[in-house]
Amino acid sequence: MISSLLFIILLAASVFWFSRNASKIRRNILLGKEYTPEGTPAERWKNMALVALGQSKMVSRPLSGILHIFVYAGFVLINIEVLEIILDGIFNTHRIFHGLGKFYDFLIAFFEILALLVFISVVIFWARRNVLKLPRFTSPELKGWPLKDANIILITEMVLMSALLCMNACDQILQSRGVEHYVRAGAFPISSLILPLFDGMSDQTLVFLERFGWWAHIIGIFAFLNYLPYSKHLHIILAFPNTYYSPQKPMGTMELMEQVKDVVAPNFIPDYQPLTDPNQPGRFGAKDVFDLTWKNLLDAYTCTECGRCTSSCPQNLTGKKLSPRKIMMDTRDRLEEVGKNIDQNGGKFADDGKSLLGDYILPEEVWACNTCQACVQECPVNINPLDIILKLRRYMLMEESKNPSEWTNMFTNLENNGAPWQFSPADRAKWVTENA
Amino acid sequence: MGNRKRLTEYDMNIHIPTLAELEAKGEKADILFWVGCAGSFDDRAKKITKSIATILHHAGLKFAILGEEETCTGDPARRAGHEFLFQMQAMMNIQNLNRYDVKKIVTGCPHCFNTLKNEYPALGGNYEVMHHSQLIQELLKEKRITIEGGSFKGKKIVFHDPCYLGRANGVYEAPREVIINLDAQLAEMKKSRANGFCCGAGGAQIFKEAEAGKKEVHVERAEQALALSPDIIAAACPFCNTMLTDGVKHQGKEQEVKVLDIAELTAVALKK
Repeated sequence: MISSLLFIILLAASVFWFSRNASKIRRNILLGKEYTPEGTPAERWKNMALVALGQSKMVSRPLSGILHIFVYAGFVLINIEVLEIILDGIFNTHRIFHGLGKFYDFLIAFFEILALLVFISVVIFWARRNVLKLPRFTSPELKGWPLKDANIILITEMVLMSALLCMNACDQILQSRGVEHYVRAGAFPISSLILPLFDGMSDQTLVFLERFGWWAHIIGIFAFLNYLPYSKHLHIILAFPNTYYSPQKPMGTMELMEQVKDVVAPNFIPDYQPLTDPNQPGRFGAKDVFDLTWKNLLDAYTCTECGRCTSSCPQNLTGKKLSPRKIMMDTRDRLEEVGKNIDQNGGKFADDGKSLLGDYILPEEVWACNTCQACVQECPVNINPLDIILKLRRYMLMEESKNPSEWTNMFTNLENNGAPWQFSPADRAKWVTENA
Repeated sequence: MGNRKRLTEYDMNIHIPTLAELEAKGEKADILFWVGCAGSFDDRAKKITKSIATILHHAGLKFAILGEEETCTGDPARRAGHEFLFQMQAMMNIQNLNRYDVKKIVTGCPHCFNTLKNEYPALGGNYEVMHHSQLIQELLKEKRITIEGGSFKGKKIVFHDPCYLGRANGVYEAPREVIINLDAQLAEMKKSRANGFCCGAGGAQIFKEAEAGKKEVHVERAEQALALSPDIIAAACPFCNTMLTDGVKHQGKEQEVKVLDIAELTAVALKK
């Protein structure tokens, strides 16, 4: 009775706290500008099913891809057992689904195998960061909190899986001893391997350990749920909406700036109808998170800092400061800062004199980009760092007239000669008659 | 020869008309060859341009160029962040293309290809746009041209995917088909196709110095290609060609390894 009550309070508190933080994140994302998703809902669902649910882009790197699929499948499927744990917790029952009979045995056995695969994968992931120190996990932007965040996630997952397997080991001994409350249910191919650890213990000790494993598992899950909003691990939820809303057009297509078209087009089309409201002139490009679209901001919250983008960026790989992952991390950090500012100022943002460009992302990073789309291609959850980079460029160029000095020549040549170099337009077809 | 224009690169006479010239005669071209700035002005890229013209002529296509009326698509300005300049260029070009009622375009450069195909429709320019590697693939398939290995037979050719042909537009097979048709040995770098590694030119980088770092992007890419000990590095973009040529020179390998465009390989191997 007391344990049921305690459980219900814990469950309610964790759901409440999570919802509170989730709604703040939603508010922050909606600070972004309008974005109209492309394609039909059917196409978007398909995209989500393929990329998020089906993990189609993960396997481009086979080792981490397959290990991630273990962890992902483990997470999704073991949650079926969490449902049972929650019901058991509320009704003070033991393995409430045991009536499923043979199928229940199969499920529990399957979950145990998954739990082991998750455990092994997570240990390898931990080793890649902390022992092997793979280059993409030791970049400057991962120093400090991001590495700690990653390790907290990995160690929590190890603890969760261990708790589950220990709970099952104690449970099956209690079942075989016919202890009251412990109905015979489930098959335990993995936890039976660790039985010798528990075999000699008394019933009371086993009950204590079984309960301890049960509480550790469920408290761990509640804690984990509430950790998500503060962590890069939020991708387990946001990967789904993010792939649903991701663009469908060819990757190399840049978005048309309608407010620029409204200035340029009337020179060519006499009866041109403007697309934007001239009384509400927007900023050209982006200086701060407010100038980005809500999809850019959703991208930032979805990023789990895996670094596949950065490890495929030609500029980063040749030692330049540009790192697409850092662009996403900076965007989220700035957005979180803005969110806290709003919380502290009664729901309104009070100018803090800071901005994404300058205080987080430096012009040097922005100018270096080759726009090669390798980062866009690589992202397993369809985040687009390039879109943000290009918006920052647009701001610097069109609002501040800032650009690398050589580009000024290129622009001048383009304007005067219709080519980026200083050649006479009259010589454009010279190749036709000249000898090579 | 009179006023006939000549292409001596491949020892043949071709008259390449402009759309204006055809219009004056009341004629039209089936396809517009969009040469691009590099292809028009850069001495190395002009050879690629002439190869494309040779192939189009050989296939018996009725094609034309814009000549002095062609101007930059605006791609480098747009990637640099200068949307005004891009739209000015684009609107000007679209006005011109629409005036000539252009339906089909083949480009000599993946950047022009991407901009004309994907970015002009939003400004009122709707054309069927092909990159020259796609047109070559089509001509080979329709047997309007045939190529034979000849001097390329058995040579090791590594293909570098231009970003705006590959990742941006998913064209991976067309240029490779040419190499396979040459009976050459097609070698692949680890970073190829969707995982291709940029030559370092795109995003208007070719028009400025690189930021401080350990290495230049084009040197890295050339090293990746040279690691396979190829006879030829093939590209399908005049900018990739420039960057890779520089990279190969940086390694002092310009005597052993040539950097050639898919169009150049095709033009040399054309069966007369």
